[in-house]
Amino acid sequence: MSSDSRIAHAAEDMQAGFLRRYVFSTDHKIIGLQYFFLAIAAVTIGTVLSLLMRFHLVWPSAHLPFIAGGIMTPEQYLALMTMHGTIMVFFVLTTAPQSAFGNYFLPLQIGAPDMAFPRLNMLSFWLTLLAFLVMLSAFLVPGGAPISGWTAYPPLSGLGDITGPGEGMGQSLWVASVLIFCVASLLGSINFISTTIDMRAPGMTLTRMPLTVWAWLVTAILSLLAFAVLFAGGILLVLDRVAATSFFLPAGLVVSGEFQTHGGGSPLLWQHLFWFFGHPEVYIAILPGMGVVSHILANFSRKPVFGYRAMAFAICAIGFLGFLVWGHHMFVSGMNPYSSLTFSLLTVSIGVPSAVKTFNWLGTLCGGKLQFQSPMLFAVGFVSFFVTGGLSGIFLAQPAVDTELHATYYVVAHFHIVMGVAAIFGILAATYYWFPKMFGRRMSESLGKLHFWLTFVGVYCVFMPMHFVGIAGGIRRYADSTGATYLAALQPLHRFMTIAAFITAAAQLIFFYNFFRSIKSGERAVENPWDATTLEWTTASPPLAGNFAGRFPSVYRGPYEYSVPGAAQDFLPQHLPPEELASGGKERSHAS
Amino acid sequence: MYDGVSKVSARVHLRGYASVALLLALLLTILVAATVYVFGAHLYPAPPPISQDAVQVDHQYNLTLYVTGAAFVLAQLGLAWAVFRFRDRGQKASHIRGNVALEILWTSVTVIAFVGLGILGRNAWAGARLTPAAPDAIQIEVTTNQFVYTFRYAGPDGKFGRLDPALVSAPTGNPLGIDPNDPAGQDDILAAELTVPVNRPIELLIRSQDVVHNFFVRELRLQQDAVPGMVIPVHFSADRIGTYEIVCTQLCGLGHYKMHGLLHVDSQSDYEAFLKRQALDQ
Repeated sequence: MSSDSRIAHAAEDMQAGFLRRYVFSTDHKIIGLQYFFLAIAAVTIGTVLSLLMRFHLVWPSAHLPFIAGGIMTPEQYLALMTMHGTIMVFFVLTTAPQSAFGNYFLPLQIGAPDMAFPRLNMLSFWLTLLAFLVMLSAFLVPGGAPISGWTAYPPLSGLGDITGPGEGMGQSLWVASVLIFCVASLLGSINFISTTIDMRAPGMTLTRMPLTVWAWLVTAILSLLAFAVLFAGGILLVLDRVAATSFFLPAGLVVSGEFQTHGGGSPLLWQHLFWFFGHPEVYIAILPGMGVVSHILANFSRKPVFGYRAMAFAICAIGFLGFLVWGHHMFVSGMNPYSSLTFSLLTVSIGVPSAVKTFNWLGTLCGGKLQFQSPMLFAVGFVSFFVTGGLSGIFLAQPAVDTELHATYYVVAHFHIVMGVAAIFGILAATYYWFPKMFGRRMSESLGKLHFWLTFVGVYCVFMPMHFVGIAGGIRRYADSTGATYLAALQPLHRFMTIAAFITAAAQLIFFYNFFRSIKSGERAVENPWDATTLEWTTASPPLAGNFAGRFPSVYRGPYEYSVPGAAQDFLPQHLPPEELASGGKERSHAS
Repeated sequence: MYDGVSKVSARVHLRGYASVALLLALLLTILVAATVYVFGAHLYPAPPPISQDAVQVDHQYNLTLYVTGAAFVLAQLGLAWAVFRFRDRGQKASHIRGNVALEILWTSVTVIAFVGLGILGRNAWAGARLTPAAPDAIQIEVTTNQFVYTFRYAGPDGKFGRLDPALVSAPTGNPLGIDPNDPAGQDDILAAELTVPVNRPIELLIRSQDVVHNFFVRELRLQQDAVPGMVIPVHFSADRIGTYEIVCTQLCGLGHYKMHGLLHVDSQSDYEAFLKRQALDQ
């Protein structure tokens, strides 16, 4: 489709009815918002599930009004855990940073009128929504939601309800949902890659792309390669469950006293396929956050990103190495112990580009003129959590040390900080940063700061003590603490974490209030409220269909030209031609 | 655009940034202080190791703690310092795009620190996992199913009897499916708890009948999944008499949290008495 016909198409959209404009829209901005609100719904449900788990861990015999029988059973606990992990990983950490913000801002930042394949884009969203509904429906079927965790290791997940409640229909719906999600992600990633390659504005060379665009591009490539493998693995798991195949099921299984007729499969095969997806998935969740944080740190430090090329290269290096480290999830799995050493060295190597990013973020701050508005605070918070969660990973990257910490709460602390909290801080930074562009209004700055302080302190109070529970031997995925005698001593820490979790969750209500109230009645935002340089700030807030009101921006310089010596203002927008700058482009920066 | 911000409101802004920067720097410093204190005071220690391999693991753990601890302190305090030092006080930001020498320096330092740890970490792994068990090691088979451990000793003939999954029948007293026609199986000894002699090499043969389980003894720093279809050997030599807990760390179903066993490290004579007692019981 040529750009002209795309704009005509977009103009048609504007005249269409409400359904066509806001529900079955092919406009990347509407689709981005749809993904965003889906992620909001998912994160709310996922958080409630985790609070129920935290509550049960500390007060296991308390009566809960909405639980059948009043007291939570072990299988209900495991069902909550499985659904918490799955919903958060797929429908929040994959959906919000990449599908929501990527969809909304990638075309805007490269000066494109829409995604390369708008209808495919719409299909991606609706498939993701379908996957979400199928996932939630697992709660409603007999036996309830699956209990095998988000990793769904067979044989537990491969044999039906003989292995436990939830492993019948619940697990089937889980696999179905994951497969649908895989298709949606594959379609989405093709769209992201094509758009970035084909639809950049004139002058938008690769090294003039904002680091956000680099991150979304590399994330899309990871999605394409990783979800394809999860899809294949998921199909094999379905076949094992319903077609009596034995891809993951070995001979000689005796389950609940019943001899099984399967034979020839390997449970480790699933683990390899799953983690070949699962580890890149961590980077799918965090890379867009890295891009956003680099972008925001430069904007609010009024300085160019320190080491732009090193940053872009580090994103690519992390993406590439991310495919070579999956075995570090399997050090105790029974895999060949020599391959553990290889995976270990590759895993510590991925710490190098990660550290390079951290150093460059610090380099960006140094010598800057730091303006602490909400996006900046969450970006700095991201850096702190990324450092904490990244360094705790160096322990788990070594097979010998991992034998002590594997499957303890230490691991839960590690991945929640680096993949969950850091990524969420990236999402929140992006929300505060781009809210004026998305809704044409501004969020309350004082509520934003209050939200930051409570969340930053609260999250550290939840997850720092969790390391110590793990070091002292607290085992994850235990429905209560009666399984081993030494676990009782860790209950005071658990109580502290649970109380901190409830306070932190309550603090998110401040965010929701600020967010929804500001959509309705926030202060009106101008085109470029943060004095930023990139193309999304050169058009209306929110941008109309077609994005640039029929004009096509050209790009004349890199994305982070802040505080250039001799310039009339402390930021040089990417789209302003040099001659307009010379004639004092300050007044004209809104017209291109 | 600075859309007409007056000088007064700009000053208010700057004062606001100063207090925010101070608070953020303070919180980061408290984070560092609290973390260093809890690690330094050993408030939540792992239990003491009871094997040479476990001592090696602790050694590597401590080394990693020092290196990453130093990085943690420097990075968080560096962040705190930068946040406070470079807050907006009306100054002009410097236009620096980067520094190749610095990039090379910090990349090299991280390569040496992280990859160095990875290479050193090999030693602790090699002793436990890359060398086979001593030839005179006592072999004990560990079988897991939902949600119990069963331990099998080979008996006086030193040989395990053949297993046939089709014969598995816990109610009739054959939870492992030992073939009654195999003479090697006649003297096999089954036990619900694991008893081993102190200071003797032990080789565990870990297997599972149904789903993936795990065998974890914290004091041995020994953790191994039990995977159906595989027999996974691990070995250790415990040097302290006592009773230790075995826990399952691989999600195995609704009873996962209570899948639990005991490891008794006994003197040689107590161990022999245990074997005699078990043999009489069967």
